[in-house]
Amino acid sequence: MIDWDLIRDLLSWALFLTGGFSVVAGAIGLVRFPDFFTRLHAAGVTDTAGAELIILGMMIQAPNWIVVVKLAFIAAFLFLTSPVATHAIAHAAWMVGFKPMQGPDLRYEGDGK
Amino acid sequence: MSMFAVATAGIIAAMTLALVRAFAGPSLYDRVLAGNSFGTKTVILIGLMGFLTGRPDFLDIALLYALINFAATIAILRFFSYRQSSKTRAKPMSEGEA
Repeated sequence: MIDWDLIRDLLSWALFLTGGFSVVAGAIGLVRFPDFFTRLHAAGVTDTAGAELIILGMMIQAPNWIVVVKLAFIAAFLFLTSPVATHAIAHAAWMVGFKPMQGPDLRYEGDGK
Repeated sequence: MSMFAVATAGIIAAMTLALVRAFAGPSLYDRVLAGNSFGTKTVILIGLMGFLTGRPDFLDIALLYALINFAATIAILRFFSYRQSSKTRAKPMSEGEA
């Protein structure tokens, strides 16, 4: 007889730990990275991945189907809107005149900033 | 300690770091980015609190918060892009001004 509860718990633990690591790593990058576009990259990528992983872990632990459906709605919505919001912020900053640092020594091109 | 408590601790740590960037961030767009990231983490936190307290009804609030967070980010960017276009656009702004 297979112990399904144990398997569900192990799977949830794995998803929560990877998702939590992803979210915390992205937040550390958001604080420590040198310029705006690198911070945007750190926050944008890890927010989507970490949120989806944690929601998947909650779906496995859900007590009934309506909770699974609600979590699926949240996951689908975040999966669509999080990259769109990141792109909108990047586009707005680019239109105002922000330029990314470039090159191996991470300098602003041209007249510096 | 349950797995939900561990995930909640991680999310709260990440929210604190996002707040640090929101207060410190040199430009407007750093602050908007930190606010958006904070909102996404809040959605997850509300869901986890629902599981921690045994009341998954909280998920409705989390879904609503996800909607509001996205709309607010786009609205803030719109607002400041209108403010920008009313000025002259001759020289690009440096990071400190925005």
